[in-house]
Amino acid sequence: MQSLPLLSLSIWIPIAFGVVLLFVQGEHRAGAARWLALIGALISFLITLPLISGFDGAQAGMQFVESVPWIRPFNINYALGIDGVSLWFVPLTALMTVIVVISAWEVIKDRANLYLGAFLILSGLMIGVFAATDALLFYVFFEATLIPMYLIIGIWGGPRRVYAAFKFFLYTLLGSLLMLVALIYLYLQSGGSFDIANWYHVPLSMTAQVFIFIAFFFAFAVKIPMWPVHTWLPDAHVEAPTGGSVILAAIMLKLGAYGFIRFSLPMLPDASHALAPVMIALSLIAVIYIGFVALVQADMKKLVAYSSIAHMGFVTLGFFLFSDLGVQGGLVQMISHGFISGAMFLTIGVLYDRMHTREIADYGGVTNTMPKFAALAVLFGMANAGLPGTSGFVGEWMVILAAVKFNFWIGLLAATTLILAASYTLWMIKRVYFGPIGNAHVAALKDIGAREFFMLAVLVGAVLWMGVYPKFFTDPMQASVQHLLQFAASSKLQ
Amino acid sequence: MNWIAIYPEIFLLVLACVVMLVDLFVKDTQHRVSYWITLVGLAALGVLCGLYYASGMQQLAMARALIVDPMAMLLKLFTVIATAVTLVYSRRYALDRGMWGGELFSLVLLSLLGQFIMISGNNLLTIYLGLELLSLALYALVALRRDHTQSTEAAMKYFVLGALASGFLLYGMSMLYGATGSLDLVTIFRMIAVEPINRAVLVLGVVFIVAGLAFKLGAVPFHMWIPDVYQGAPTAVVLMVGAAPKLAAFAMAIRLLVEGMFPLAMDWQGMLVVLAVLSIGLGNLAAIAQTNLKRMLAYSTIAQVGFVLLALLSGMLNGNGLSASTAYSGAMFYMVIYVLTTLGTFGVILLLAREGFEAEDIRDFAGLAKTDPWMAGVMTFLLFSLAGIPPFAGFYAKLEVLTILLNTGRVWLVVYAVILSVIGAFYYIRMVKVMYFDAPTALSASRAAGAGGARALLSLNGLAVLALGLMPGGLMTLCYQAIANTLH
Repeated sequence: MQSLPLLSLSIWIPIAFGVVLLFVQGEHRAGAARWLALIGALISFLITLPLISGFDGAQAGMQFVESVPWIRPFNINYALGIDGVSLWFVPLTALMTVIVVISAWEVIKDRANLYLGAFLILSGLMIGVFAATDALLFYVFFEATLIPMYLIIGIWGGPRRVYAAFKFFLYTLLGSLLMLVALIYLYLQSGGSFDIANWYHVPLSMTAQVFIFIAFFFAFAVKIPMWPVHTWLPDAHVEAPTGGSVILAAIMLKLGAYGFIRFSLPMLPDASHALAPVMIALSLIAVIYIGFVALVQADMKKLVAYSSIAHMGFVTLGFFLFSDLGVQGGLVQMISHGFISGAMFLTIGVLYDRMHTREIADYGGVTNTMPKFAALAVLFGMANAGLPGTSGFVGEWMVILAAVKFNFWIGLLAATTLILAASYTLWMIKRVYFGPIGNAHVAALKDIGAREFFMLAVLVGAVLWMGVYPKFFTDPMQASVQHLLQFAASSKLQ
Repeated sequence: MNWIAIYPEIFLLVLACVVMLVDLFVKDTQHRVSYWITLVGLAALGVLCGLYYASGMQQLAMARALIVDPMAMLLKLFTVIATAVTLVYSRRYALDRGMWGGELFSLVLLSLLGQFIMISGNNLLTIYLGLELLSLALYALVALRRDHTQSTEAAMKYFVLGALASGFLLYGMSMLYGATGSLDLVTIFRMIAVEPINRAVLVLGVVFIVAGLAFKLGAVPFHMWIPDVYQGAPTAVVLMVGAAPKLAAFAMAIRLLVEGMFPLAMDWQGMLVVLAVLSIGLGNLAAIAQTNLKRMLAYSTIAQVGFVLLALLSGMLNGNGLSASTAYSGAMFYMVIYVLTTLGTFGVILLLAREGFEAEDIRDFAGLAKTDPWMAGVMTFLLFSLAGIPPFAGFYAKLEVLTILLNTGRVWLVVYAVILSVIGAFYYIRMVKVMYFDAPTALSASRAAGAGGARALLSLNGLAVLALGLMPGGLMTLCYQAIANTLH
């Protein structure tokens, strides 16, 4: 199996299926389109599994490396590879795509082929972002993801979809174009190379580092999103269709965090250290302030969107503590948040498909009419609140430990999330699922069928597995994280 | 007399005359014979230019008035292709509006001849003559719909402003001639570089030449004719004005500014900075306010030209011209990609237009993704390419220009260009929104896009934008070699 270009296949198989899907037009062929999408997503997921089994956790460098010259005048290579940092995001992306395809099965009726095709293409592009080891290739994938997401939000979204789609597109485009300028600058500084690993060794003055850091910050912080550039996310989430929200929360937000760990920390060690207090402060604001904002939301999707921002605050907090534990905690949090936020949006989608409302006040006592579903949903809620035994606990625990080591007060502030997340999540759960049946619509609800049960059950498995045995996920990370932190620890100033 | 060097021009002139004559004698309301003669002639001409380019010929002809070099042959090849594509796209549209006939073909061929002469001009007068031949043919083309008020108005505006621009250019040339005593570009270059010449006269000449060039390219503040002509002229003619001639205008800029006046680069680069900043700013901001698609694309053109200028002004840094080839090949790549995309966008408008329905309002595209998903897809490719989103060709054009510009250390100019690109992206993705998110209106649903050759070619055009986005290296190298071999 080693001889197969597994990463290329992981990228291009979903894209190829997606492109074919675009041509399976018409209502009468919607069934064929669904099956084709499911087969495509499953093959794409299966092809990523050998990456996990074949990965050598003791090695710090890139594995499954592929490299061919791509744009010769610019010395740009089609270079792929994954290390412990990026390993898990490839199968995660492919898995979430399978789930999104299943979740759309009976729900999306308007141009289903286009919807599913956009998701498959998006899946390939996002895997490309995680697997690219050439900065321009990274950028091309990074920015190309905007196109399918823009269409997904704009075509299948809610009433204010156009506004949300534009906000999403322009916000992220501004950020990434500034990053492009920084990438070109690094290209010129490194003597004409876009190789990311090569850039770790390029000496840079403090001024240059700070400017590049700011440019990267615009690109990645908008994507994560960090406070105060987060305002596009609630709009995008509320208006996006369920699948769009799932992919947005589970994968696309991770592109930004991944950028920080792949680019900012090792390439700009001095600026990262100098600006770490700012980053930590912004992360803590995200955790605490956004946590309070989530508390007062009346719309379930908005609540989970704000909870996503708060949880991603943990990721950036972990990264900018510059310790093994913090970075690994951040990475674990990214994976875990992928499962949990995806699952939370799916449960909201399940309710929305039946009731066509996301207002918490329109629900109440769902557990009486949908016991199976409520059991799963409550479990995801617990995971979101960081209950030990679920994946949500592991990452937060690691980051809090690292933060306490770094500075007790930062650790204390970070730990308030355990209270805040529990408050807003459990309060929502209480109002939606428990208590007496709220109204006649809730009384008429039907419990989930096999399709919905299956897609949620897969995520339950993942959440519990990661919560009970996180070592499986953290072991392959260690060597690579240490490797990256070495660069982050050594000054580039001359 | 070196005849072989000017065979393409001779061939083109003969072709124009033959088409004019044949069309008089063949009775056919659809003018099929003359149309096919034109197309076959253009194909032969394309092959000829390709062969000349492949041979790497570098020769002077007609008493040093014309030059044949790789840049010239490559650009000629592209103008021939662009002209042929324009004709194929225009057929249905022009037939419906009674413009289709021998005079259209011969005027198009004559304008192409003018472009050839501009591209190959090695002498101030030759370049001017080529420009006038091109412009006069275009004025007539814009006015081809005599009974249409808007077209006539556009033609008047175009003519008056175009004549003014020619006057500027000619005045600048006379200054140069007065200062250096020569019309020959190589001699002018040598005189400026070596001889002690009154700098004030030279710089005054440069100012007028740059102004004239800016008129032809459509850079702010010499852009006023572009929106009116794009909106008023028949769509088919807009393509004849806005596609291939841009390549010729680019060649003219290289000939005059680089081959003739490179020693003065520090002077004209400063002017180009102002033109570029204003063009990118005004073009992008004004395009947002437009409801007419043709007018919006006109402002988008102005902004795109600003990007070409950004590359053109990066050739010399602190008196050092080492990066010249890279900079000018970046500008050329940008222009080629721009022309390719423009052909596509106006091609879509032409294809959707019907008798009595121009399809030029942005609203006319509402719900296109439902009524004609394939055309909507092609248009989406083109729009994202114009916006500079990967993986489409326009992104690499912008990437190359930004790299060149950053290499000269003009960081703030780069950041400015990038921020205005985001503003520009707004109106491009608004078109995508209209096509994909909006429901078809009664009017837009009734349209049925044309079928046949134009549709196939348009699909190819859209796919080319994607293919060049996935594999841009080849064309970049081609542009670089052409420029490097021309400038040595």
